[in-house]
Amino acid sequence: MSTVMAEQDLPGLLIMGIGGTHGVQESLAALLKKHFSVITMKELLENKKEVGKKIQCIFVSEFRPTIDQELLESLPNLKVIGNSGVGVDHLNLKMISNFGVRVTNTPHAVADSTADMGMALMLASARRLVEGSQIAVSPDTNYFAADWLGVEVTRATLGIIGMGRIGYKVAQRARAFEMKILYHNRNRRSQEEEQAVGACYSEMEDLLQQSDFVMLVVNLTPQTEKLIGKKELGLMKPTATLINISRGAVIDQDALVEALQNKTIKAAALDVTYPEPLPRNHPLLKLNNVIITPHIGTATVQATHMMAEEAIANMLSVLNCQPIPSEVFPQ
Amino acid sequence: MEAQELPCVLIDCIGGKHGVYEDHAEFLKERFCLITMKEYLENKNFLGKKIRAIYMWYHKPVINEELLQSLPNLKIVASSGVGIDHLDLSLLSSYGVKVSNTPFIVSTDTADLGMALMLASSRRLVEGHQMAISPDTEYFPADWLGAEVSGATLGIIGMGTIGYKVAERAKAFEMKILYHNRKQRNKEEERAVGATYCKKIDDLLQQADFVMLVVNLTPQTHKLIGKRELQLMKPTAILINISRGLVVDQDALVEALQNKVIKAAALDVTYPEPLPRLDIFFKFNRSECVCCKIRKSL
Repeated sequence: MSTVMAEQDLPGLLIMGIGGTHGVQESLAALLKKHFSVITMKELLENKKEVGKKIQCIFVSEFRPTIDQELLESLPNLKVIGNSGVGVDHLNLKMISNFGVRVTNTPHAVADSTADMGMALMLASARRLVEGSQIAVSPDTNYFAADWLGVEVTRATLGIIGMGRIGYKVAQRARAFEMKILYHNRNRRSQEEEQAVGACYSEMEDLLQQSDFVMLVVNLTPQTEKLIGKKELGLMKPTATLINISRGAVIDQDALVEALQNKTIKAAALDVTYPEPLPRNHPLLKLNNVIITPHIGTATVQATHMMAEEAIANMLSVLNCQPIPSEVFPQ
Repeated sequence: MEAQELPCVLIDCIGGKHGVYEDHAEFLKERFCLITMKEYLENKNFLGKKIRAIYMWYHKPVINEELLQSLPNLKIVASSGVGIDHLDLSLLSSYGVKVSNTPFIVSTDTADLGMALMLASSRRLVEGHQMAISPDTEYFPADWLGAEVSGATLGIIGMGTIGYKVAERAKAFEMKILYHNRKQRNKEEERAVGATYCKKIDDLLQQADFVMLVVNLTPQTHKLIGKRELQLMKPTAILINISRGLVVDQDALVEALQNKVIKAAALDVTYPEPLPRLDIFFKFNRSECVCCKIRKSL
């Protein structure tokens, strides 16, 4: 009896579902259940009126559940939306704020794994790893050609666009490869921070013109939408590679396709596109100088756990009227 | 200096599948008179006496006793790359011929590739790319996960020039670094990369999330990693090989991968290269094993 009471005392948390290809992992659901009375979308839809009142928090993972006006109207006691992940461009922050609901994200949990992904894409692209793997296993391969080369990462120039938490971790990693690091950011970092990773602040144009690898590590806002378009691609070296671990919409995708087809730039490695997945007939899927990964920047056992933990801490801080570690506000 | 006065160097050929690159040949010609195998064979008696060095590129030309006997003035075999397991050192020594390799220039590119393979394998990059571009893909599943490299434990077997460069890179990913080597490095070197010496290879194998082979191939390192060593590894561990294929007992590796004794392998080297195509089809599942032969940009 007391266990049932205890569970009912826990604040109600809405999630998309548990398990399967779109739900929250079983192990994460177990973690959530320690602090919340977990309610799935299915359970909510079966009894909107009764169940809706119980929900004080929503855990948004892999962009689900979708937060729209209808949902918000059915949750009169909703206090906070805890997003798993740092990007909140999929959330209508203004609309949510109008309902008096706070939004939190997980900037700390995503940093290492996303920075790792940026490095993985840069190395894989430079060394033609995907292509090489295909040659190695192809039924048609009977020798390895001597004149099949990639490009060097060590001592090359990396231009980081967006030097927030993730961008800085990329710089820390790239430094160990003796890379020359240029960066562009809204705000310049302190001298100590720059020196610690050997990074030079650059104007966008200079960065684009000098870099062998351009890595996008910004969040998606109206200011960064199509940040990289025809003009920017035209400024890049023809031997340069563009790496995107931000959001697909930061790049003008049509301009990218053209640039890759015309060899304006050498290659691209994208963990993110717009939309995801791309339509199956999209030209980006056919280009052999493109690596695309299925938005797996934080897709590790460790990162997903840390994201859930960070989201839990954020949501509980709102419910307990404590300082909120990572609240995001409408612009 | 007239071309005839330049010392004569034997090479296999220029261009084509395996030959010395055209632009390399150009700068070699500034210092040497290059003689291709074809030219040499057409005029053995005359040219044989002139050849004072052999420049090996991708392990060619093949050097055997017959060749050595017909090059009475051969002083040195200069092999490109650091590995010299393809050369019969005692045979060459018996003919009074010196051997050189290129240990320093290969180090960073090879270390970079070790890191590339570790990251690609751990994050399932090749598989992910295939999913992203597959005509059958309709959505990206939420339950598709890799394993983190940052903060994980890397065991480096072979801490020479290349192994040390791997450690320098891995340190930036806040990896815990263990290493096994014939000789322990000095304290400053260890501290600089945060590496802990494992005198017994078993200790390294049991603790590492990633085991990277960075040894040269010698009789002592031949099949260094066999069934016993694979079983000592964690079932969640990944084996990365940037040494030589023969450092690993390949049959034991196949068995270990099939039985999930270890999680995955990422190999830049195999024995032979390329592998027989039937082996690829029947033995190596593409999602478990990233196989490539990625040449360094020299």
